[in-house]
Amino acid sequence: MIAYLTRRFFALIPLLLGITGLVFLLMSLAPGDFLTPVRAQRDVSNELIQAIEQQFGLNQPWYVQYVKWLGNVVTGNLGHSWAYKMPVVDLIGQRMFATFLLSVSALVVAWGIAIPLGVLAAMYKDSIFDRISGFLAYAALSLPEFFLALLFMFFAAQSGWFPMGGATSIDYEFMSAGGQILDRIHHLILPALALGIGSVASIMRIMRANFLDAVQADYVKTARAKGLREFSVMFKHALRNAINPLVSAFGFAFSGLLSGALIVEIVLQYPGLGQLMYQSILREDQFVVLAAVMLGCTMLVVGNLIADLLLGWSDPRIRTQRKK
Amino acid sequence: MTIRSLFKSVFSRPLGLLSGGLLIVLYLSAIFADFIASAPTNAQDLERTYHPPTPIVWKDGGLKVPAYTLVDPSSASYERTEDQYYQLRFLGRGFEYKLLGLFKTDRHLLICDAPKGAFYLLGSDSTGRDVFSRLVFGSRVSLFIGLLGITITMVLGFLVGGLSGYFGGRTDFIAMRIVEFMMAVPGLYLLLALRAALAPHFASDQMFFVIVIILAFIGWAGTARILRGMALSIRQQAFVMAAESMGQGPLTILRKHVLPNLVSYLLVAATLSIPGYVLGEAALSFLGLGIQEPSASWGLMLSEAQNVKVFYLNFWWLLTPGVAIFLTVIAYNVFGDVLRDVVDPRSQKR
Repeated sequence: MIAYLTRRFFALIPLLLGITGLVFLLMSLAPGDFLTPVRAQRDVSNELIQAIEQQFGLNQPWYVQYVKWLGNVVTGNLGHSWAYKMPVVDLIGQRMFATFLLSVSALVVAWGIAIPLGVLAAMYKDSIFDRISGFLAYAALSLPEFFLALLFMFFAAQSGWFPMGGATSIDYEFMSAGGQILDRIHHLILPALALGIGSVASIMRIMRANFLDAVQADYVKTARAKGLREFSVMFKHALRNAINPLVSAFGFAFSGLLSGALIVEIVLQYPGLGQLMYQSILREDQFVVLAAVMLGCTMLVVGNLIADLLLGWSDPRIRTQRKK
Repeated sequence: MTIRSLFKSVFSRPLGLLSGGLLIVLYLSAIFADFIASAPTNAQDLERTYHPPTPIVWKDGGLKVPAYTLVDPSSASYERTEDQYYQLRFLGRGFEYKLLGLFKTDRHLLICDAPKGAFYLLGSDSTGRDVFSRLVFGSRVSLFIGLLGITITMVLGFLVGGLSGYFGGRTDFIAMRIVEFMMAVPGLYLLLALRAALAPHFASDQMFFVIVIILAFIGWAGTARILRGMALSIRQQAFVMAAESMGQGPLTILRKHVLPNLVSYLLVAATLSIPGYVLGEAALSFLGLGIQEPSASWGLMLSEAQNVKVFYLNFWWLLTPGVAIFLTVIAYNVFGDVLRDVVDPRSQKR
């Protein structure tokens, strides 16, 4: 197990080297020097600029910069954000928590809606409910996330029930602990729905197919034959077996949400990693872009790793295969 | 199954007919956009901003639109003028254009007799441009980016996947590592980084091609990987060996013997991945990184709807490009599903 984990960890390194190298190359292709607007700002001291220029070799060719940047990253220094005037590490830390919160709640929304719907659709196969939910799932798959987010913005403005953007209210600092949690949830509802609904459709379809398979299995016949009530046949025997394959989909869903969150964050003005990345690209805030890309990739790979681990946990056959 | 009989059986199914018909209508209206639109893409009218959609009524033996007067410019509220209507004409004279880029004409499907600023089928936007006309013009970008992008992706994917599956060994190893790398990078992040690096080198009217290239560059990896697997199994077949022993080169074998075996898969995969390109363009333009004003695209039009004024004053007609995107994507998805059922009946779901 540990050998497997280390192998996966080392496989991550060439990937990160490749992607950050690519970003460095791309950024050096863009004309203009991103330090020019920084120098024009009065509130950034010359000493700081010179110190960072020295540290990251900013007046040297891109491959030298890249090597210097790598050296700094290894020691935990991700550079300085010119737009936000703070170290990138602190900035990313704040934003990552917000994005993480959003992804987790979107996941809760998606699974919370999709699994019951999938089970119901399978239990009442070919009924009106099955047809309608199938059609809605199809429609949800074709609905672009940013359009859904835009519709939510529209809804929030028209009804006034939800805040328009942000992760917390202005008076967040002065709230009690319980009030703070409620405030965060209030701000999370719309982004989480916008992000989650897209994946409801696919999870629901998988769940429906799995459940149909499980209901026809021999152990369900056995359970019925020994006189169990229909309720426990369905929920204790069929459901547990049907959910198993979905467990591995969990990790993939998570990594997918992290990159999918970008657009929802921008439209609904939720201060997460994706929004930060977008703004830094517009402002040519080089170090922030690099750090965001690197983190995005890492989370994607970690998500896939979690998926593999969960699969091994839920399916013993794969575990033994891996040991060989 | 030949391509012709394939499409015949797709169109004989109700869902296939419905989605295929919708796609044909969409593409025809994109091709004949100048004819269908009643105003050019960038005809502004600053005195008619956020005009509400005008209904078409039948009155006194002709199609007419009611007249509106601006009541309050600050909140853009309009009121219907009592008993004043403008005549609508089929094939009336409007702005000049070249039909299909060849014939000079000024005939349009529906033209209003009124002085300018009266006929807005889907309302007007923040600078008083006709949303319906822009929607029709925008469909050119949004619809053809998918076709162009998927062609590049498929050719690239087929070459890389086919060759690496065919040769195997070191070529295969290197190609597949590159593919894995491409697949591991979060798409949107790469999209943004590529766009930031490429954009300054191109003028804004070349943006269409920059976007196509970026989207195709991101998309080819998945196709290449699947095609490699297929080429690998086809390579074992006797007819490939026969062709080899007759001294045919690898590219000829790929084109003449491997490709025909993959056509039906390629067709299904292409249909099902076109929505990705439509959505990709829409997302890029929506973020202000794709098609630039004054050209029109559905994503760009939606980004204009991202305005507090629009939200609070309920200018819902500015969201219609989203509906157009939705219809296009769902039509492609349904069409692709039907196509797959026809090509491979086993994949049909319960």
